[in-house]
Amino acid sequence: MAITAENLGKHFGDVEAVKSLSFHIEHGELFGFIGPDGAGKTTLFRMLTTLMLPDTGSASVLGLDVVREYKNLRNRLGYMPGRFSLYQDLSVEENLRFFATIFNTTIEENYHLIRDIYIQIEPFKKRRAGQLSGGMKQKLALCCALIHKPDVLFLDEPTTGVDAVSRKEFWEMLKDLKAQGITIVVSTPYMDEASLCDRVALIQKGTILNINTPEAIVAEYGKPLFAVKSARMYELLGALRGFSFAHSVYPFGEFVHYTDSRAEAQPEEITAYLAGQGFTDAEAHSIKANIEDSFMALMESPSGQEIP
Amino acid sequence: MRTIAYLLQKEFVQIFRNKQMLPIIFGLPIVQLLVLIHAATFEVKTVPTHIVDGDKSGASRHLVERFVSTGYFTVVQFSESMKLGEEDIKRRKATMVLVIPPGFEKDLLTRGAAKVNIILNALDGGIAGIAQSYAAMIIAGYSQEIQTEIMSIAPPSAQTQAAASGNTMLAVRNSFWYNPELNYKHFMLPGILVLLVSLVGLFLSSMNIVKEKEVGTIEQLNVTPIKKYQFIIGKLVPFWMIAMFELAFGLTLGKLIFNTPIVGNVGIIFLSATVYMIVVLGLGLFVSTVTETQQQAMFIAWFIMIIFVLMSGLFTPIESMPPWAQVVTLFNPVAYFIEIIRRVLLKGATFGDIERQWWSLVAYAVVIIMIAVRRYRKVSD
Repeated sequence: MAITAENLGKHFGDVEAVKSLSFHIEHGELFGFIGPDGAGKTTLFRMLTTLMLPDTGSASVLGLDVVREYKNLRNRLGYMPGRFSLYQDLSVEENLRFFATIFNTTIEENYHLIRDIYIQIEPFKKRRAGQLSGGMKQKLALCCALIHKPDVLFLDEPTTGVDAVSRKEFWEMLKDLKAQGITIVVSTPYMDEASLCDRVALIQKGTILNINTPEAIVAEYGKPLFAVKSARMYELLGALRGFSFAHSVYPFGEFVHYTDSRAEAQPEEITAYLAGQGFTDAEAHSIKANIEDSFMALMESPSGQEIP
Repeated sequence: MRTIAYLLQKEFVQIFRNKQMLPIIFGLPIVQLLVLIHAATFEVKTVPTHIVDGDKSGASRHLVERFVSTGYFTVVQFSESMKLGEEDIKRRKATMVLVIPPGFEKDLLTRGAAKVNIILNALDGGIAGIAQSYAAMIIAGYSQEIQTEIMSIAPPSAQTQAAASGNTMLAVRNSFWYNPELNYKHFMLPGILVLLVSLVGLFLSSMNIVKEKEVGTIEQLNVTPIKKYQFIIGKLVPFWMIAMFELAFGLTLGKLIFNTPIVGNVGIIFLSATVYMIVVLGLGLFVSTVTETQQQAMFIAWFIMIIFVLMSGLFTPIESMPPWAQVVTLFNPVAYFIEIIRRVLLKGATFGDIERQWWSLVAYAVVIIMIAVRRYRKVSD
């Protein structure tokens, strides 16, 4: 087991940022914590990376307790905070050399680990870190977190504020790192990134709603789901919510996602109902749920458990 | 050791890369020494004076001449009317009015005594006090001279009489030790140097550490196996070195420009400065632990600095503070260092002379570093 947490909790004043979480992450896994801003992801990461003391429970990373054995642990974990936190006034190369040195190693010694990433920013190695683009900053931060050859890597919202192409590249890099046997724990508010992880934990208001492989989470979505479209979207929402079999209705991009409470519901029944309401142009397709649908469903059920 | 050396190297690279830093390091001492030393002086150079000479005699002209020849009094107007003099004071054209009444010479010659009247604008008590004492000295000198003249004219019997009645001249000769020319610049320079190294130590160090918090780099540093003492040494030593450089630079400037006496052993000054800087840098570290942004750090550092400087004896002597304030200054490291540096530079004090202040600074350094280091944490609760 690479990481285990037992009833891990943290509160700030009256706010419970993390509520008694228990989970475990396997060696070599690419594990994602998926949840909106304020879900408690950063607090959880700060506790797992020995930066913050938990109020309740315990956690161990690589078999080392995060409170008692933090000194040994710090040598073996890599952490990339959500905020870009390298020295903006030092150059790319100076930043990398700095972090290599304080981990008592050299760039040359672990160059093989970062080579694929570093060669992309190497042309700018004399440039100050503060003058890099968002995507390049991200790559540099990843290099700095990797330069001491950590066994486990924590990435707090690494793709927030990064363009779509860089995001895709970034996930490619994570896959390569995983192939080298590094356990990777990543947090993200982007639901579409969940499918790129081996397993994910959906987290909301300090509680884990569900932990599973992305496929299993989607498969657990128990009710028929339809994407419905009409020219008058706002009125469509109201009309669908008025449908007696409606279980949940929420806008999703250019569609409205509609869940029927009957297991055998057909798209024709919905279009027929909508036609009766005056939406003659309405279209409905049966679709497979994605992570976001599952997340919405889990969020609505008060217990944080699967829909009954 | 390698880690500390690397931290220091990184710190210096960052300091010298900072565009505001070099002007501060080199510009601040020059500006402080050149501007502040001239400005922070209690010497009263010119007292604008209105002279009302109602007598217009040889004696009155003689007295006026004595006033003018000192160089301290500049005559803005001569008149014969008291009213004009008062007007000048009201309009702030004159700070002092010297009134010589009619019959001045006659009284002097016949009665051996005469009155002059001095009116001062005492809005600024300091200037008025100094002008008054200057004027009193001039008049006393004049009356002495006049008396000798009168006596030499008077019959010998009268002379012996005057001597018998205890009217003999008593010559008071002042001698000012350690600063014989009463040069204010020599007195101010050591204090200004202390101000300089304190500013550098407190502001730059606290802001530099808080910057790591503000920018977020502390987060990345804290997950590294870097030790607390390594981090603190790496942060404070550069500013200690800069402050020592500033002190040497300032002393050199002072010697070259103002020819400030360096009577004592410079080694004692640097030894004391070493301990003093530990106190100041410890304070800087402490400030950085209680603040989150550079702005907050600057505000708190400023607040501490102002109190320390105003209560340090730099501008106003500690001896003239109320007793409770004198007790407060016992907790002021700035006061100790100013005393040490003034005594060593101007009086040539030996280590034995400043031992009490030195040990006070050592005690202060130990306490402040302990508190600051305890407060600085790599892990947040």
